[in-house]
Amino acid sequence: MAAEIRPAPLVIRRTEAGRRRTPLSWVRGGGLSTLVFLLPLLVVFGIFSWFPIGRAVLMSFQETNLVTPATFVGLQNFRDVLADPLLWTAVKNTLYFAALALLFGYPVPLLAAVLMSEVRRFKGLYSALAYLPVVIPPVVAVLLWKFFYDASPTGVFNTMLGWVGIGPVAWLQDSGTAMPALVLEATWAAAGGTVIIYLAALTGVSTDLYEAAEIDRASIWRKIWHVTLPQLRGILLITFILQIVGTAQVFLEPFLFTGGGPANSTTTILLLIYNYAFANSLGGAYGSATALSIMLAVVLGLLSALYFRLTRSWSTS
Amino acid sequence: MKKLITSLALTGLLAALTACSGADDTDQTADSGPVTLKVARDPGLDKGAVAAFDERVAQFEKANPDIDVVPQEYNWTATTFTAQLAGNTLPDVFTVPFTDGRGLIERKQIADISGLVSALPYAGKFSATVTKAGQADDGKMWAVPIAAYGQALHYNRTLFKQAGLDPDKPPATWDELRSAAKQIADTTGKAGYAQLTADNTGGWILTTLDYAFGGRAEKLDGDKATAELDTPQMTEVLRLLKSMRWDDNSMGSNFLYDWGSINQAFAAGQIGMYVSGGGNYGSLVTQNALKPADYGVTVVPLKDSPDAGVLGGGTLATVSAKASEPVKAAAVKWIDFYYLKKLVDQQSAVLDAKTIAASKQPVGVPQLPVFDKATYDKSLKWVAQYVNVPLAQMTPYTDKMFDQPLVTEPSRSTQEVYKILDPVVQSVLTQKDADIADLLKKADAEAQALLDRN
Repeated sequence: MAAEIRPAPLVIRRTEAGRRRTPLSWVRGGGLSTLVFLLPLLVVFGIFSWFPIGRAVLMSFQETNLVTPATFVGLQNFRDVLADPLLWTAVKNTLYFAALALLFGYPVPLLAAVLMSEVRRFKGLYSALAYLPVVIPPVVAVLLWKFFYDASPTGVFNTMLGWVGIGPVAWLQDSGTAMPALVLEATWAAAGGTVIIYLAALTGVSTDLYEAAEIDRASIWRKIWHVTLPQLRGILLITFILQIVGTAQVFLEPFLFTGGGPANSTTTILLLIYNYAFANSLGGAYGSATALSIMLAVVLGLLSALYFRLTRSWSTS
Repeated sequence: MKKLITSLALTGLLAALTACSGADDTDQTADSGPVTLKVARDPGLDKGAVAAFDERVAQFEKANPDIDVVPQEYNWTATTFTAQLAGNTLPDVFTVPFTDGRGLIERKQIADISGLVSALPYAGKFSATVTKAGQADDGKMWAVPIAAYGQALHYNRTLFKQAGLDPDKPPATWDELRSAAKQIADTTGKAGYAQLTADNTGGWILTTLDYAFGGRAEKLDGDKATAELDTPQMTEVLRLLKSMRWDDNSMGSNFLYDWGSINQAFAAGQIGMYVSGGGNYGSLVTQNALKPADYGVTVVPLKDSPDAGVLGGGTLATVSAKASEPVKAAAVKWIDFYYLKKLVDQQSAVLDAKTIAASKQPVGVPQLPVFDKATYDKSLKWVAQYVNVPLAQMTPYTDKMFDQPLVTEPSRSTQEVYKILDPVVQSVLTQKDADIADLLKKADAEAQALLDRN
């Protein structure tokens, strides 16, 4: 059996290698037109994406204010960043944000999507309502929520809490509540997008499986547990890593809501990168900012690779 | 990851663009014909103010036919300035606070216009307290002081009246300020006293209070700078704030104010008192719709200490480091015409005041003199008929502003030291059990490490 199969891949390999080796065969095979079509994209990506990234990597080994000539400082920027006590505060805060976001932000859209897929009427309306926060520009959303989070007893949320005899809560003005408050808004703002992804994935679940489950008199919860969730496994794994990567780079909420305060309780890694580069008006530590960016990119890259390796067997149903 | 790659790409792109644009602006020669000069104009001005500005530009262009002035919206903020400077997107003439002058000069991030400035007729007459901010180590003036201020205590007269306080007799001591704040908070439910805490302004105002209590944030001994944050004066200031926040509950519920948001809240009648620059009235009215009848201002109370003083600062006009020689010459002409001549020349002063008053912008907001006091008094008389601010409500400040000892801001790594102090004041106002001694010890060590490094 094995002897019969072996020659086939060898032939294919030789043919592919042969094709690659001759430029003429590459041109004949339509390679030139592929390149012509690809060229604008390569140029645009090269100029606006890869060249700046390369430049940023270079800058992480330099000391520069971007006005006077840069000097190479080796690994000094990396050492400076690692020696900064605020880095560990930022790492801790980012992990805290990520953990809270996973706790609230990950199950909420899934639950919403599953429930919405069960309703027969006005499904489109529910989808639109769920997606609405995503359409609102993030800065507008933050301004709106700042208004909700007003810490005085007359603030919107505090007034509502007052009706049931709770509060007032300091929301953004207290180190303990600031981060959960940011997560709440971030979940509200992003959940709609994920709901749409889950809804799309749910349409792919075979109705036969549900019918079979109904014949077996399975309850709605058993249907969700034994049919829906296993069928969504692949998409759930993807959204999980996207959630981790996304929350590790949280910037907008702490930047606009609290500026990293109170007392650095919401300073995240990306906010720290921004502060290195831009908080000092006299030309920031661009080297340190890019060094930390690169470290974060490497960590997230490794984490993603590790995650996909570990979950390879789970994702194939 | 996408966001990160985008931010990496943007930072790199910024660097690449800067590198590309490095040489191209400098080859313009003296006889290359008309010069185009980009000048800073405040953003968010109403139509009248823009028309007034354009009118001034037209007057300048008429007097200097070889210069084409192009206004560009620009406003200094700590966070955007760096990006603009690095990206070379600043106008040719732009303004910065006093705190940034020395650093920009040391790092050669602005043009050396000292030769052109020294040729101005009033070059030697700048007030001694403002001159230093724009000078290089050798005493040459690279940046031109165009406005100066001392910190002041702004207060809401309406809230004072509602609380049963006399708005014509604002607090003159810190004890009076504390009890007035409590009375306002208890009676009106508004913040009796609010404090700036974010975007480096927390450090700025904390340093102001420290000065008022007789402290200093830094000590200079030759080239060696020592941080002086962990001091009895700073401790006393923080204890006072802590008592007002937690014992009196007189500081409201927002402890993350930056300059824009505190002005907004004050103009909206949410704050009884706050400390900020003495010339704030202009932005309170034009950007935050303050009701002039609400407004009162007085001097920051000073403790009975020989070292107690009021923190002073100001604005410098500077020229882009990339400017060619003809652009530099045109830039200094513009600085002279638009910012300075009106302070020393009657005709210019009247023309400026008339155009500003016509667009209903405030004329006559109290400032500290850039030149000597006599020149300042004279300039006030020239424009007296155009003054449209409630001067009577400002007398608690204007009667005493010249009697207070003026102390300049810390000169080394100023904004970075302010940034270190932001979380300190935030902690005291948001954590009931904040350990002041520990906070100051850590901040002092951090600031010292920074000063040693720089």
